[in-house]
Amino acid sequence: MLMIRSTKDFWAGLIYVFFGSCTVIIARDYDMGIALKMGPAYFPTLLGYLLAFIGLVSVARSFISHGAPIGEIAFKGLLLVIASVLLFGFFVRRLGVAIALPLLVMISASASDHFRWRPTLILAAGLTAFCYFVFLRGLGVPLPIWGSWFGG
Amino acid sequence: MELIANLELGLETALTLGNLFYCLVGVFLGTAIGVLPGLGPTATIAMLLPLTFTLPPVSSLIMLAGIYYGSQYGGSTTSILVNLPGEAASVVTTIDGYQMAKQGRAGAALATSAIGSFFAGTVATFLIAAFGPPLAAVALEFGPADYFSLMVLGLVASVVLAQGSLLHAIGMVVLGLVLGLVGSDVTSGAQRYTFEIPELADGINFVTVAMGMFGLGEIIRNLESEPQRSVIITKITNLMPTKEDFRRMIAPILRGTLIGSALGILPGSGSILGSFAAYSIEKKVSKNRDQFGKGAIEGVAAPESANNAGAQTSFIPMLTLGIPSNPVMALMVGAMIIQGIQPGPSVITEQPALFWGIIVSMWIGNLFLVILNLPLIGIWVRLIMVPYQLLYPAIIVFTAIGVFSLNNREFDIYLMAIFGVFGYVFAKLGCESAPMLLAFILGPLMEEYLRRAMLISRGNPWVFVQRPISVTLLALAVLAMLAVSLPSFSKTRSEAFKE
Repeated sequence: MLMIRSTKDFWAGLIYVFFGSCTVIIARDYDMGIALKMGPAYFPTLLGYLLAFIGLVSVARSFISHGAPIGEIAFKGLLLVIASVLLFGFFVRRLGVAIALPLLVMISASASDHFRWRPTLILAAGLTAFCYFVFLRGLGVPLPIWGSWFGG
Repeated sequence: MELIANLELGLETALTLGNLFYCLVGVFLGTAIGVLPGLGPTATIAMLLPLTFTLPPVSSLIMLAGIYYGSQYGGSTTSILVNLPGEAASVVTTIDGYQMAKQGRAGAALATSAIGSFFAGTVATFLIAAFGPPLAAVALEFGPADYFSLMVLGLVASVVLAQGSLLHAIGMVVLGLVLGLVGSDVTSGAQRYTFEIPELADGINFVTVAMGMFGLGEIIRNLESEPQRSVIITKITNLMPTKEDFRRMIAPILRGTLIGSALGILPGSGSILGSFAAYSIEKKVSKNRDQFGKGAIEGVAAPESANNAGAQTSFIPMLTLGIPSNPVMALMVGAMIIQGIQPGPSVITEQPALFWGIIVSMWIGNLFLVILNLPLIGIWVRLIMVPYQLLYPAIIVFTAIGVFSLNNREFDIYLMAIFGVFGYVFAKLGCESAPMLLAFILGPLMEEYLRRAMLISRGNPWVFVQRPISVTLLALAVLAMLAVSLPSFSKTRSEAFKE
């Protein structure tokens, strides 16, 4: 019976196969050209096949040789950190740095097991002031302090 | 003497008040960020890169170089005081450095690291000055096929030197090449893999990738098991090493500098391999080998010198060939392109002030490191003691604003988040990100040179083995690949990384 002996190899292999085959399939829309005069599809197609092949080898290997388990996944950290960044991107022009930045700090910081409100609020306030003076005023990063939702 | 005239030109450039200031700021900021545990040079430079956009080209590169060795030095400080390496190259420093700190000799360890780094930096600077121009002259002879083979060799080397599974290192390289395809095709102008998203038309910015994978990905990984750090807070009273210390550090510093300089030129390694090699060699040849692991000063002096020498000499392929040998140099190349300079062998002849200015400023930066870091050690200790739960939100803020300021658009923030997920997933799967980032940078160049080579050879693929330079480089790549696939070698390889 086939058994996955190395989950790392298995999943990494699947990712390679996925990206490799997508690369090849999408490249079909582009001009292939010939070796003498390569079109936009030539190099990507080569790479795509190569990547998919490496992926297949990795998947095959996952059934043969043992590997270390993937280990626990930090779902809380992953979710909160990524969500905080995405929300910052969404809100930064709409609400402005004055609100979006503390929000980013609070959400991302809450991913920690050692999260405490007081020091984190102080950090959020300090970072907002720092970024305002250094990045917005000092380096002229074009971000509003109050966003478009406040008519800023 | 041409060398002296060149160095004079460099001194003129580097010693202007403005450039001295940017060098100092770079070294200071680099150290400040570098001491923070878990932030290596790649993440540090990516984070601070936007600060240099508005500067003139020479100043911006001088500052970036300062940030680079500042962050390296900061990483060493952290290794000695906290037993937590700030970056991969200072992993071995933790072994004896932390033991020294525990014995109340943190000051001596820090001073040894500073002295070793300064000496190594000085030697390596001269090496760059001496070997840069002749190498660049050779590089001018390179045709497209040779460049292509050189990049193949670079990628193979990064695979060979990567940690973990060989197969995954190759996989990550190819994946990096694929990601590099996104954007407009240089030759035909066709939009590739942009999914009709206008923001992708110019391709994915490597800073976005670096910050996502090395910044966010690393943070998520650290959140798995939050480290409880114990800093050695015993007052660092005596910074001066004893006479006996000085006597014992000389030979290791010399050996470390030599090993580090040589290995630093190799693609894919930068300073990491050098510090590992220097430590293990020192452990074999030292008279005091029984003290290794228990606070031997040699165990600090050798890897620290090697580490800094390698950091410097890794500039050689970047400055002379225009080809980055590691992610840090890739960031430098990116910075040069942003400044409108196409890195390559012609930089030396076309922009001598820039080339020599950077080289001389490296030496000045190393001098600043020694002068700055020992008196400022109190500040660095405070920075190290910032609890991680307060540190990482700050890092996220700086990466988010930094990545936004690349093109002033939110899209890059979203993209960075995606690469953060990537970075974490691949780290969990045991796939290293560094080869991927290198391939990502080299990808478009490789395609370009492949096309040109084929065009010149009228579609004859044998051109790669018919040109002497190209075939030599490819043979080296094949040899490296074969060597690493041999069972005996792969065993030593995994042992070397375990140590």
